[in-house]
Amino acid sequence: MAVIEATLPRRLLSTPVLGPLAALLAACAFFSLNTDQFLSGGNFSLIIQQVMVVGTLAIGQTLIILTAGIDLSNGAIMAFGGIVMTKLAVDGGLPPLLAIAAGLAVCAAFGLVNGLLVTRISLPPFIVTLGMLNVVFALTHIYSQDQTVTELPPALTYLGQTFQLGGTNVTYGSLVAILLFLLFAYLLGQTAWGRHVYALGNSPEVARLTGIRTQRLTVGVYTLAGLVYGIAALLLVSRTGVGDPQAGQTDNLDSITAVVLGGTSLFGGRGLVIGTLIGALIVGVFRNGLQLMGVPSIYQTLITGVLVILAVTVDQLSRRRNR
Amino acid sequence: MISRLSAGLLAAALLVAGCGGGGQNTSTATPKVGLITKTETNPFFVKMKEGAQKAAQAEGLELMTAAGKFDGDNAAQITAIENMVAAGVKGILITPSDTKAIVPAVKKARDAGVLVIALDTPTEPQDATDALFATDNLKAGELIGQYAKAAMAGKPAKIATLDLAPGITVGQLRHDGFLKGFGIADGDPSIVCSQDTRGDQAKGQTAMENCLQKDPDINLVYTINEPAALGAHTALKAKGRDKDVLVVSVDGGCTGVKAVQSGQIAATSQQYPLKMAENGVKAISSFAKTGQKATGYTDTGVTLITDKAADGVQAEDTAFGLANCWG
Repeated sequence: MAVIEATLPRRLLSTPVLGPLAALLAACAFFSLNTDQFLSGGNFSLIIQQVMVVGTLAIGQTLIILTAGIDLSNGAIMAFGGIVMTKLAVDGGLPPLLAIAAGLAVCAAFGLVNGLLVTRISLPPFIVTLGMLNVVFALTHIYSQDQTVTELPPALTYLGQTFQLGGTNVTYGSLVAILLFLLFAYLLGQTAWGRHVYALGNSPEVARLTGIRTQRLTVGVYTLAGLVYGIAALLLVSRTGVGDPQAGQTDNLDSITAVVLGGTSLFGGRGLVIGTLIGALIVGVFRNGLQLMGVPSIYQTLITGVLVILAVTVDQLSRRRNR
Repeated sequence: MISRLSAGLLAAALLVAGCGGGGQNTSTATPKVGLITKTETNPFFVKMKEGAQKAAQAEGLELMTAAGKFDGDNAAQITAIENMVAAGVKGILITPSDTKAIVPAVKKARDAGVLVIALDTPTEPQDATDALFATDNLKAGELIGQYAKAAMAGKPAKIATLDLAPGITVGQLRHDGFLKGFGIADGDPSIVCSQDTRGDQAKGQTAMENCLQKDPDINLVYTINEPAALGAHTALKAKGRDKDVLVVSVDGGCTGVKAVQSGQIAATSQQYPLKMAENGVKAISSFAKTGQKATGYTDTGVTLITDKAADGVQAEDTAFGLANCWG
């Protein structure tokens, strides 16, 4: 027992995912004991549906934060992507798949612009994406004329449909989001590209000296993140069944929350995309569990805030130890 | 040292998780009713929640509440509907943030056998919910339009309208009602300035400042709600125009009625969020007991509040307004 007490916390610190995972499991255990409806396949499927959009945005956010950047424009880019897809398909009469492709391309293009501004003019990512947030938000409202796009062709909401998995209805969108997490876990963990991203976040100067083309890598990361936001847009459209110009207004901060709760360091170079999935799930589990218990949603916000501060504290302490 | 600290942090995380237990215990016996508002913080919805809480207690129901983070937060409302259906509610009362975008989620809840009633704001189409308990916003606008017409007593009007935001039905209806009551239509030359305020006091002030810049002779101001009206008053006062410009508004919040009492606002149309919530909870209670579903639209009423009565326009004074105000 004494040995466990001594080693467990240290391991929680050295592996950034174990702490969040422990918090997630503790929350699940707590809600299972306190409500009858929490512990069921259907409810877990629901929670995954509810976090898949912010979770997917948070994949892109993780990539950028790993390079020691930050993206405040991701929710706005997603909303614009969703409006482009739905409006082109409904008002523009474009075949749905082409409309989706256009939406993905537009999102990737915004990512590219972010990346170019960060690298070519050496602007801080915070400011670039803050500006982009406003630009894209305005474009969304101008282009949509503040109208929600309804009566979508089935192809746009296909990912919102369900299939049976062991007696539980799971949406295709949930599956897409989880596959994306696995894909990026592989790319970051197992490929040279992934190692370069970590190296860039740890020290751009060292990364450059070891022969990594840091500018091109950074632009690539922002563009790829933009493409991922486009996928989030498709997931959002399929989940809500509409193109919504008001969507995503707090999703930039929500995605940062998921990344931080997942143990990824805001200073870059340290963290795992699977941690981000866990971080997104923590938020979803608290929201769902507290609602099932009849606790007003404002307490969910309160608890999320406390957990975020705990998570960055753990990160800070472990950095101090590693120094 | 570090390891002890981190163990403490983990314990704290667990404690935080434990805090949730301070809420309510789930008892499977009491039927549940859900209330989903646009935001947590707007006094209108705070009052609505209060009314729902009281009615739920009286009817022996357990009330669950949720809200979006901002006005227009459709995703949060969908999530709340799903979670409430998962919690096994009998019915859901909702003030839809996005009147069209919420429809598919409402349909799913109704397909699961849940009675869904819209409060304050209708969905588009209105019959996407089982029933609607709301203010007749067109009538609310009409009342202050008629009042303004009578109070201007034939003086040529130069009107500023401080509106909500494009594409939001409530704002459009009040605006149209005001013009109808005043006897003019959009595009009338007497309307010299129209600005969106999102119902916000600071934005209302900015909008009024800009309108006065455009035409300093404005003498009648329609405002979407009382915060916008108070913002307009601040701007008018700075220009020394607060005494001779007529400001009319809609809502009937306590701050607003007090502003009518002190003369900052000439008249306001008062609406009744408490009544919407009470009626809604009662309808769900009777559905839980008898299976009888509420249907159609129920007008929860609107009253013109002013201390300077105008000829031929029925109104109540601010004493009545304060006795029935919210917030």
